[in-house]
Amino acid sequence: MLSRTADNLFWLARYVERADNTARIIDAANRLAAMPIAYAGGSNEWESAVAATGALGLFKSLNREPTAENIIDFLAFSPENPSSIRSCLERARVNARSVRTALTSEMWDAINGAWLGLRQFDGAARDRMKLNEFLVYVKEASLRFDGSAYRTMIRNDVYFFSSLGTFIERADNTARILDVKYHLLLPAEESVGGGLDFFQWSSILRSVSANTAYHWVYRESLKPWLVADLLVLNDQLPRSLASCYDNICAFLDELSLAYGRQGQAQRVARSTRNRLQNATIDEVFSDGLHEFLTEFIADNGRLGQAITDQYLA
Amino acid sequence: MVVAFDEMSASSESCRPGYEILKRWLDSTPPDLLSTRRAEAELLFRRIGITFAVYGDNDGEERIIPFDIIPRIITAPEWTKLSKGLEQRVKALNAFLTDIYSKGDILRAGIVPQDLIYQNPHYQPEMAGVKLAHDIYVMIAGIDIVRVDPDTFYVLEDNARTPSGVSYMLENREVMMKLFPDLFAEHRIAPVENYPDALLATLKSVAPRSAPGDPTVALLTPGPFNSAFYEHSFLADKLGIELVEGRDLQVRDNVVYMRTTEGPKRVDVLYRRLDDDFLDPLTFRPDSALGVPGLMNAYRAGNVTLSNAVGTGVADDKAVYSYMPEIVRFYLGEEPILKNVPTWRCREPDSLKYVLENLDTLVVKEVAGSGGYGMLIGPASDKKTIEEFAAKLRANPDDFIAQPTLALSTSPTFVDAGIAPRHVDLRPFVLSGKDKVRIVPGGLTRVALKEGSLVVNSSQGGGTKDTWVLDA
Repeated sequence: MLSRTADNLFWLARYVERADNTARIIDAANRLAAMPIAYAGGSNEWESAVAATGALGLFKSLNREPTAENIIDFLAFSPENPSSIRSCLERARVNARSVRTALTSEMWDAINGAWLGLRQFDGAARDRMKLNEFLVYVKEASLRFDGSAYRTMIRNDVYFFSSLGTFIERADNTARILDVKYHLLLPAEESVGGGLDFFQWSSILRSVSANTAYHWVYRESLKPWLVADLLVLNDQLPRSLASCYDNICAFLDELSLAYGRQGQAQRVARSTRNRLQNATIDEVFSDGLHEFLTEFIADNGRLGQAITDQYLA
Repeated sequence: MVVAFDEMSASSESCRPGYEILKRWLDSTPPDLLSTRRAEAELLFRRIGITFAVYGDNDGEERIIPFDIIPRIITAPEWTKLSKGLEQRVKALNAFLTDIYSKGDILRAGIVPQDLIYQNPHYQPEMAGVKLAHDIYVMIAGIDIVRVDPDTFYVLEDNARTPSGVSYMLENREVMMKLFPDLFAEHRIAPVENYPDALLATLKSVAPRSAPGDPTVALLTPGPFNSAFYEHSFLADKLGIELVEGRDLQVRDNVVYMRTTEGPKRVDVLYRRLDDDFLDPLTFRPDSALGVPGLMNAYRAGNVTLSNAVGTGVADDKAVYSYMPEIVRFYLGEEPILKNVPTWRCREPDSLKYVLENLDTLVVKEVAGSGGYGMLIGPASDKKTIEEFAAKLRANPDDFIAQPTLALSTSPTFVDAGIAPRHVDLRPFVLSGKDKVRIVPGGLTRVALKEGSLVVNSSQGGGTKDTWVLDA
């Protein structure tokens, strides 16, 4: 396969995944922001939503009032934000259009359809009803993309590169959400588990769509370390770091099998997966969750680079 | 203006051969149903993403070409004559190009003026003396044909560079078969779906002699921002070949490679949809980021075949066009089967004088123009436009040719006011390989949707129709 084709597929999948994640972050922030202060705590909910997408620096550089409306616009629609949902879907389509021949018609339809429908949501940043419709629309678009990839693609390198994009992006997003939220939520010395932060925890879970999963796995009320355990180490949860890396390693193995050789990408991925498999949540906390996640995000970035060097350049 | 010949009905009573079933069907079908079908067709096209970009139009970055659901029918005898004429024409084009880039017999014989070739912007001196693998320059030609009466087909243009539109021929047929299965059952319509197969066979047949038994073919596109990008990706997909951009290719030791996830892979044939000027920044435009440095060296070394060859533009220049009947006679010793439109070369003083005196009845075209841009349609222009054009013409007469305003044939077309005649042309695609010439029965019918308009170009509000060649 052409290196550029592989690169386009990889990023196509990343943009779709990123759009989906941002939609969930907005959704969760929206719910929290709507709660009375007594339930939801501090008022920096929107700012932390921007931080969770990794675009806080960019937002601040634009000198906008951090109002809900401005932030929703920034995260969902702004062309100034290269990771806004609209930017992601537009870039996903540009990538898809360049590699039309590598996609099944169902996948193209999912992307092209999502892009064509975008314009009906103009002005949704100021209209809560419309915003909700938009968020549902985005989530359905990504489900349709994933679903059609899963159901219609031949299991060859085309599928492997696109799947790698999905899981690397997902791992990055999960790690960021947890990192940002955890810090805002866990003031030193303060015991957790009171009524106040219940909604905050549940909002983290909601932003990775794991609210129900938590209860099925732990059958306990929300505990911060269990939330972290679920999102970092539990390989049953499709958005956990462990699960993402199981998938990443599997697809990289498929690639090395298909091409008859392996390289740096396989080694980097395996070492990260080993760390996730061998860690316990107690160790993670004793070394510092923030430090752990920071290192993970850097390693994940290194893997992206290794894949680029090995296959996409 | 003269009443044009209508391909379905010469008068309101009669019906021409081949159209009987369609006419009956049109007479008995309520307009509502036609509207519904048209809407369905548009939805299908939009969904497939068949779009084109109009340059200089920021608003509509991507549009679909309007599609008319009423097919244009060509009978078997008509097609037989056409395809013979097309084959003859393309053979002559190839012989002409081989000659002018080597010995130049036709120039020394005084049949075509030397300066018309050597001073032509599309003549590529880099190609002089280069021996092509199989003496084929134009592997893919899109010859534009117009009809003025039951027996007369004219060649309007020989598109010998990178003709486009074949994806519409194929997709129009697919959509029509979905929408009107009954009509297909009642007619015997020659299929066009084997075009990609014929194209691939043609391209493989012209691979360099040094290429392996099963040569690697790739399609070189300028990229997603090119107006015909949809077609490029469509064809690459149908042919099962890689769609490459310049940055995907590299030349080492005069061999072309594409960058793949498994390392460099040799390319033997490039079906290039990139103009000559952009192919190789080392030879042509140094600012071209779309091309491949060193490609021309690999080409001249005979390690890669470019299709079409470099420098074919000199043959579809509109001034050279006017010599085509002589060119056919010179190389093939045959009378041309397809006629040329009578053409005045403004470079000749007598012709220029005539043209200037009759601008209100003529069509004047730039010799190097395409896409329907920069032309004057005398009868449809006001005085001021004609005067302005006359000034341009006097300043650079060499740049123009003039032709009579042809009463292009019309074909029934479904427009807002119902079914009405609209002017059409036809672009069949002629494939020349080492082994033989292949012509898929059909082509792209373009239709001028505006009443009375003679400009069928999609960039100027033209649409397309499915073209049915009836089997005998």
